[in-house]
Amino acid sequence: MHIPDGFIDLPTSAAFAGASALAVAGAVKGARKQLSEQSAPLAGLTAVFIFAVQMLNFPVAAGTSGHLIGAALAMVLVGPYAATLALVVVLIIQAFLFADGGLTALGLSIFNMAVISVWVSFGVFMLLKKIFPKTKSWLVIATFVSALISVPAAAIGFVIQYAIGANATFSVGTVLNAMVGTHILIGIGEAIITALTVSAVLASRSDLVFGWDNKNTKLEIRS
Amino acid sequence: MKISNRKFFAGALLASVLLAGGVSFYASSSPDGLEKVAEDVGFIDTAKDHTFGDFTLADYGIAGFENARLSVGLAGLIGVGATALMATGMFMLIRKKSPSQNR
Repeated sequence: MHIPDGFIDLPTSAAFAGASALAVAGAVKGARKQLSEQSAPLAGLTAVFIFAVQMLNFPVAAGTSGHLIGAALAMVLVGPYAATLALVVVLIIQAFLFADGGLTALGLSIFNMAVISVWVSFGVFMLLKKIFPKTKSWLVIATFVSALISVPAAAIGFVIQYAIGANATFSVGTVLNAMVGTHILIGIGEAIITALTVSAVLASRSDLVFGWDNKNTKLEIRS
Repeated sequence: MKISNRKFFAGALLASVLLAGGVSFYASSSPDGLEKVAEDVGFIDTAKDHTFGDFTLADYGIAGFENARLSVGLAGLIGVGATALMATGMFMLIRKKSPSQNR
């Protein structure tokens, strides 16, 4: 969902670039509190893994492909602040080195994938965590659902940007239907990849998973 | 089945290298969701060429490389390296300076 230059007009792009800059500043502040000696390298590793998996477009429907965004994956592994920053790094590398995603549109793309996708999936994840039993299996299910929702959420972000400042006159309703429909399908792929990856990390190093509350286990052992 | 830090990081890094450097060759080249919607709805024409569209690494390939497998694979490896440098550098800069005292 890397937006090319030209889809959205410059004033709208600039406004979203400003909003993204504020969000990134907030994420730096938040990450400073959350990242430790151990989780900082993991956050870097998460960005690397997301870059790699984003290269793997999978077919979703006739003539359409999708690829991982990685927002929910990073959110569960390293927390929402570091997740926002990891996605920003990936999007910058893609735009500047690989001509993937326009430069004037970078603020728009960051807003959709590094801000909306991360924080919507975080909201869903925290809500589900409250409802679900505190087991690893249920954590993976919460991960699956938040990843699934994170993709159409980013798509809706684009539709909002289109509604505000499109350089085209096609109806917003048409764009909304097409974007959400397609991106629910891509979201299923996102959810599968995210759930598998989080399962693998939970099985090998659950202590590294931000979304898995190790403190509870420690307290249980003490009592 | 807890594995050591070193094994975990080496494993994840190896997976990233294999995915970006090898598996990426098999990725679907169909337009992605947004591009397809733009084609179907009709606003694809408003897209402008990328500022760096002629850059060596544009579209995940190395300009002038005949072998597609090598071209995308090497581009992927360069991306993995660049992401690793930028992300690790940034996160090391902003992490807590003395975590043992803050805990």
